[in-house]
Amino acid sequence: MVEISGTAWIIITAILAASSCALLGSFLVLRRMALLGDALSHAVLPGIAIAFFLSGSRAVLPMFLGAAVFGVITTLLVETFHRRWRVPEDASIGIVFTALFAIGVVLVSAYAGEVDLDQECVLYGEIAYTPWDVLLWEGQEYGPRPVWILGTVLVLNLLLVTAFYKELVISSFDPAMAVSVGISATLMHYVLMGAVSLTTVAAFESVGAILVVAMLIVPGAAAYLWSDNLVRILLIAVGFGVIAAVGGYYLAVVWDSSIAGAMVVVLGVIFLTSLLVAPRQGVVARMCQRLLLSMRVAQDHMLLNMVRREEVAEAWRWSRGEVERAATVWRPIARLAFGRLHRARLLTGGGGEVRLSEAGRLRGVQLLRNHRLWETYLSKLGLPPDHLHDPADAVEHFIDGDLRREIDAEVAAAQVDPQGKEIPRGE
Amino acid sequence: MLDNVVRFLSLSDANVRFVLLGSLLIGATGGLLGSFAVLRKRSLVGDALAHAALPGVAVAFMLSGSKSLPVLILGATIAGVIGVLLIQLIVNFTRIKADSAIGIVLSVFFGVGIVLLTHIQRTSAGNQSGLDKFLFGQAAAIVDDDLVVMSVLAAFIILAVLLLYKEFKVLIFDSGFMQSMGFSARLVDLALMGLIVLTVMVGLQAVGVVLIAAMLITPAVAARFWTERLHSMVLLSTVFGACSGMAGTFLSSLAPRIPTGPVMVLVATGLFCMSALFGPRRGLVARRLRERGNRQRESIHHLLRACVELEERTRKTAFPREELAGELQWPRRRLRSQVAALQRQGLLARVEGGWQLTGSGRQEGLFVVKSHRLWEHYLVYRDILTTDHVDRPADEVEHLLTPEIIADLEQLLEREQGLDVASIVDVHQGDSLYRRGGQEDG
Repeated sequence: MVEISGTAWIIITAILAASSCALLGSFLVLRRMALLGDALSHAVLPGIAIAFFLSGSRAVLPMFLGAAVFGVITTLLVETFHRRWRVPEDASIGIVFTALFAIGVVLVSAYAGEVDLDQECVLYGEIAYTPWDVLLWEGQEYGPRPVWILGTVLVLNLLLVTAFYKELVISSFDPAMAVSVGISATLMHYVLMGAVSLTTVAAFESVGAILVVAMLIVPGAAAYLWSDNLVRILLIAVGFGVIAAVGGYYLAVVWDSSIAGAMVVVLGVIFLTSLLVAPRQGVVARMCQRLLLSMRVAQDHMLLNMVRREEVAEAWRWSRGEVERAATVWRPIARLAFGRLHRARLLTGGGGEVRLSEAGRLRGVQLLRNHRLWETYLSKLGLPPDHLHDPADAVEHFIDGDLRREIDAEVAAAQVDPQGKEIPRGE
Repeated sequence: MLDNVVRFLSLSDANVRFVLLGSLLIGATGGLLGSFAVLRKRSLVGDALAHAALPGVAVAFMLSGSKSLPVLILGATIAGVIGVLLIQLIVNFTRIKADSAIGIVLSVFFGVGIVLLTHIQRTSAGNQSGLDKFLFGQAAAIVDDDLVVMSVLAAFIILAVLLLYKEFKVLIFDSGFMQSMGFSARLVDLALMGLIVLTVMVGLQAVGVVLIAAMLITPAVAARFWTERLHSMVLLSTVFGACSGMAGTFLSSLAPRIPTGPVMVLVATGLFCMSALFGPRRGLVARRLRERGNRQRESIHHLLRACVELEERTRKTAFPREELAGELQWPRRRLRSQVAALQRQGLLARVEGGWQLTGSGRQEGLFVVKSHRLWEHYLVYRDILTTDHVDRPADEVEHLLTPEIIADLEQLLEREQGLDVASIVDVHQGDSLYRRGGQEDG
């Protein structure tokens, strides 16, 4: 019984920590402040250490106070180095957080043993001890202390995000607009940084200073691949955090390793999966888009070149190999493209004798018209004749009805292109 | 503790010599490569790379069962390269920006490393404590075999930088130009990244993965405060790095419980603060002094101009302080100190009825008046501003005009406007409200 409830407490703590972080982290990712979040989570260490030494215990208030002070110091120092001392921004972040973290590590190492804080705790926290860290109030036990702390922080973060949702969104996407409607972008920056400091400290005991960065950034970044809608991004991010919390615990049990580390591993897997399979943004989706595009270009080139040849030599006989070479792309793609043209009945015949069908010729003539119209248009803009072909080659695939009519009007219904070739009428 | 100091400084102990030489190599290579990394705006890539190296170390140990440095470094290098490639992949393929990509790779790889480390710690019967030192670094653990590996790496890095110096320089300052000259900026960039990977590996054992980024960033930024030239910045940064390496090792040897990495970083940070304060030209103190000097010069110019113009208007040559103060609209105290300063420089002399310009004072005053008026004429002539708006800009520019610019202006205005340069009149002639203020616009 005790065993089970202990496990439950650990998982609850992990879920609370992960969702608090995921909520704020999404904004860090959107505002391109991921590295500032990284810096902050390192830099609060001396604050926590000093609070430990001064209070001699893990009292919550001094710890929050210490961390908040160093959170502000970090933000101020980075700003000062960057704006007044003219150090590049990433370099100033690097200098500030390494220096502060170094101070923290020296303090922790120097006094290790005297207080309940050591290097391991700094690195990956002690979430496994959560069930024994019980909150006592007038002799009554009220469950683990970290659960209370993280629960409070989660509620605060939720309040912050819901109460200032509009302000956060506007100042994230358009700071100038935010200022013009009376929202201080600077204030929102500091509010967000303050919230990140608090969350970092709260999560510190459970997941350590470095792994908290993963909790902050990874869920938000992964969610950003799945949706364009901010509310949905926030929900997905929190969902990913929860999955990582639960999955990480069991993974750690199986592997006999650090729980916080295992949570980050799960987050890594989630991110990698998103990176590969997310719709539109994922690598697979992008590859498919690129493949489809190059197929389309290959098809267009085949039809176009066949029509071009017909202009000068009507009785030309195309073999399949020649048609595929006319696509001027990688051969396997050309082969696929040929198949598609054939299936769409734009090409007929095969092997040594390939012919354009009526529909195929129509499409090819249209493309030729696009190409020559664009050349004429560019020539009218003043491009020299030997610079016309390549851009037209790239654009010809994307000129459809409306645009063609516009260009037509622009070049005053030209009959011949700059090389003196006839512009076919298309339709 | 004293024993430690003596043992350390006398260099009698072979171990101490290894450790010191090792930390010198770490600092020097870090400073060397750091200059290029910082100038190329790749400061934090080193950080991601170092964190990414941790799982490599753990996997190398699990596969080989050995703790020898070359094996672990090989693992770390492979993991680091994978990390950098992943960052590139994320940035190239998705809309996630570089900062998030760096953060993701850094923290996830580190998490994997922690999982593997704790797994090794809890399952393997053998002594795995040697791996812990890769977190925060333990320079004392450097033995002669390690030193050989580090020296080979360092020698390779230095040689590569010497060979590729020109390419790196062009890459940093004008990669577009590089492309247009037919060099592949991408290839050179890749070489730079590769060298950064190796540099991180040199320091991995003694500084640790968490803080080694600082050895790449901090000395380089510190060196930037002292010089405007790449080669002297690189040299200085190398020296700074070497100093922080050795001093950090020495200081941390005094207290065995404290890991080396953080102490090195703190020494480097100290050097950075000193440089930021005292660097010539870019340093904080130098800039403050320069600003003060500029303000002082401006005050002097305004005072001299006031004297010349009062002479012009009143046909007197000596003026009591009150009159000057009224002309300039300065508080008395400011006027008194400026008058004293001018007297010390022999530009103003005390005579009966107040203060009078000396010969050289009048000469300088006339030059300032000329600058001011020529600029006003120029602004009006060019239709940039109307006559009632030109006083303030001229107030600011008069201190900056050199004799060459003045000559050019004179020529231009004489030719185009028929201006009599021998006695340039005020552009506001006849405007009785016109008042010369140091600060206030009349």
